[in-house]
Amino acid sequence: MALDSKIPAGPLEDKWTNHKNSINLVNPANKRQIDVIVVGTGLAGGSAAATLAELGYNVKAFCFQDSARRAHSIAAQGGINAAKNYQGDGDSTYRLFYDTVKGGDYRSREANVYRLAEVSANIIDQCVAQGVPFAREYGGLLDNRSFGGVLVSRTFYAAGQTGQQLLLGAYSALNRQIGRGKVKMYSRHEMLDVVIVDGKARGIIARNLVTGEIERHSAHAVVLGTGGYGNVFFLSTNAMGSNVTAAWKAHKRGAYFANPCYTQIHPTCIPVSGDHQSKLTLMSESLRNDGRIWVPKHKKDVEAIRAGSLKPTQLEEADRDYYLERRYPAFGNLVPRDVASRAAKERCDAGFGVNATGEAVYLDFSAAFVRYGKEQAHIKGLNEDDAAVVRQLGQEVVKNKYGNLFQMYEKIVDQNPYETPMMIYPAVHYTMGGIWVDYNLQTTVPGLYAIGEANFSDHGANRLGASALMQGLADGYFVLPYTIGDYLADDIRTGAIPTNSPAFDEAEKSVKDNIAHLINNNGTHSVDHFHKRLGKIMWDKCGMARNAKDLESAIVEIAELRKEFWKDVRVPGTNEEFNEELAKALRVADFLELGELFAKDALLREESAGGHFREEYQTEDGEAQRRTEFQYVSAWEYKGEPKDAVLHKEELTYENIEVKERSYK
Amino acid sequence: MNLTLKIWRQKNANDKGKLVEYPISDISPDMSFLEMLDVLNEGLINKGEEPVEFDHDCREGICGMCSLYINGEAHGPDRGVTTCQLHMRMFKDGDTIVIEPFRAAAFPVIKDLVVDRSSFDRIQQAGGFISVNTSGNTIDANTIPINKHDADTAFDSATCIGCGACVASCKNSSAMLFVGAKVSQYALLPQGQIEATDRVLNMIKQMDEEGFGSCTNTGACEVECPKGISLENIARVNREYMKAVLKG
Repeated sequence: MALDSKIPAGPLEDKWTNHKNSINLVNPANKRQIDVIVVGTGLAGGSAAATLAELGYNVKAFCFQDSARRAHSIAAQGGINAAKNYQGDGDSTYRLFYDTVKGGDYRSREANVYRLAEVSANIIDQCVAQGVPFAREYGGLLDNRSFGGVLVSRTFYAAGQTGQQLLLGAYSALNRQIGRGKVKMYSRHEMLDVVIVDGKARGIIARNLVTGEIERHSAHAVVLGTGGYGNVFFLSTNAMGSNVTAAWKAHKRGAYFANPCYTQIHPTCIPVSGDHQSKLTLMSESLRNDGRIWVPKHKKDVEAIRAGSLKPTQLEEADRDYYLERRYPAFGNLVPRDVASRAAKERCDAGFGVNATGEAVYLDFSAAFVRYGKEQAHIKGLNEDDAAVVRQLGQEVVKNKYGNLFQMYEKIVDQNPYETPMMIYPAVHYTMGGIWVDYNLQTTVPGLYAIGEANFSDHGANRLGASALMQGLADGYFVLPYTIGDYLADDIRTGAIPTNSPAFDEAEKSVKDNIAHLINNNGTHSVDHFHKRLGKIMWDKCGMARNAKDLESAIVEIAELRKEFWKDVRVPGTNEEFNEELAKALRVADFLELGELFAKDALLREESAGGHFREEYQTEDGEAQRRTEFQYVSAWEYKGEPKDAVLHKEELTYENIEVKERSYK
Repeated sequence: MNLTLKIWRQKNANDKGKLVEYPISDISPDMSFLEMLDVLNEGLINKGEEPVEFDHDCREGICGMCSLYINGEAHGPDRGVTTCQLHMRMFKDGDTIVIEPFRAAAFPVIKDLVVDRSSFDRIQQAGGFISVNTSGNTIDANTIPINKHDADTAFDSATCIGCGACVASCKNSSAMLFVGAKVSQYALLPQGQIEATDRVLNMIKQMDEEGFGSCTNTGACEVECPKGISLENIARVNREYMKAVLKG
């Protein structure tokens, strides 16, 4: 099948408006006859379910957590971008579009990104109307801060928990519809397959995680807002339950999977402390507004710090290497994430890592304490030269901005970041790749849609900070509810979809067979044993730097590990009960397939772009080197085994932005 | 560290349940409490026994999924943290640790340490929202300035993660701190004023129907709340409720 991105004709800034004016609508009476399934209740899924119900469709919403409010969007920290230009610093829809395309290393679709920038301002209006308590200035207006890769302040935030506040907003809209009976909510349910009837997505098979019951649910369309697949690395900043299963099952039923190798490794996470580690914790990028990143200039100081004989606070300014400020004077500590992560890796690989494992750099707030402290001392008429007073006042300002992050750090690391610099290291955080969708957010399967992180659409090869929340809510509130109507307009006479068709029988049987195999396997190793081994292959060979030799061996190793998993995994208990190990086994089985496709995609992409860094393709300064012949989206069609997947290319054209070297110097 | 764990095991909602003792060794003080349970479960699986079920997801203290009543305290002995942020350095070598589920009539046990907190969802469905359509065609976000103090206080209330520690800590199993936080967030913002009367009446009515107990202002909830939600929220919901009742 040839890929058709269905980008509307006309000038960039008119495409979305014209498209909305020309697509089909479903009248309110007919909407009542139409059912839509939404899987996932994060920012994308939650907002979509609420909005579709409000429009009049009958919605069934699913999440594996015990409440819709716990989807992993909840953990987003730093903020949400919007081209409001409240600061009057030159922001505009075009600039947000430009920054996003450039930030994505010219590997995203122009029309989608422009639409995202265009609707961004409405998101803030919507959220404020819903009672989201964004940070405000003393005059009562909304406050902004800066994120990496941009030269304006366009990020709205709620301390260090913007994700929770936005998700609670979407959750409240969802609750309103549940209360009205327009959304039927299925929590503690996991989607295990999508059902295709006559070429169209018409339902799902879900497992009730409390009783183990395998359920059939039908609808006229299915929307996946099921998040990213960072947990293929075992250790990531994702929640323990975050998984690829819904997306992967969709892929196996005909949805192309795009750019699986585009992974975001976030530069500021708390370093790994030992083999017991179950997950990694992010320290928001917003901290780079005020924190300066450094390692010692000299190896002797590195050794003294590791031995505990030298404290970082004792090291003179002249003996510190603020390597981001040195290499990227224009953007300094606020370079995009991929650039900051690679720079940290470069210093640590060169032997300058500051903890016992050699994999940590400092994030230091002492300069910010002084800067803010002097300002406060001046305002309060106190002595600006009294270092102790200044430091204390400065710490109060920082505490107001990032207090919960500093507290998290202290609880995990057992060090006080007000007294000594934080130690940080890059960790897997977000996946730009995902299910391929057209401009309408429809996958290659008619009636099957993917929104939020689950799709591939807007971030190219690297996502800018505070743009994930923006995309999730844009897709769910403002894009999908329009575009899905165009498809559903043909379904007004279809009537309810029966669940007793052969397609449902077949899908249910394949789910039950898989479960039976796992339960009766009586192997010797736990699910985590295999997941950790997969994670190690992924991190070592498909991580921050990749090369052909490693990727080739990763493909072989993952395939072997998958075979071993099916032969030797041990899943205790039965299906007919609450059984977390079984749920985990089903998820890891899919990660073991996705991992192989991931490596294959990374091997094919013989260039460096954004988060995908191939050692063979770099400039003399060690920067990512893009190649024009790879200016396309890789969309993979499932053909039985991940290694047999067939590549389809969507060429990317740039008519409104000049493709040039991505420089932050 | 070597420890003795006494863990509540309960096959399902109908099972009676009992405490079972498990010795565990070689625990690093840098592990989180849940990572310690991961080690226990890995050992149980390898021995062919059924692992202990517990709720958890984000493991960074924000999703509110993890629960656990540890040595008689919701989320354990540390302050201002959820169980996933509790670290083993809070315990000593040789300690005995008793681990139970959050207990309340409105939080029935599903299995072992996993409980059903959907009663919280239903309280929110009864009125925990502002009835605006999600069209995006609202007024500009800066049209109504909000006093920074009110905005910050609303945010403090909104930091509630809905974990249920307040209920588990309360001798009456009252949900007033949770409901107080939700009502307060909206009560402090101009956008929430329009429906204030119906909201508080509906949410309190649902809270009572779910079987939560009454509040006697003992304050255990505030002490154990991982997000530091203060008793002021309970005072505020009482005021809001009184206002609503008087208005009729």
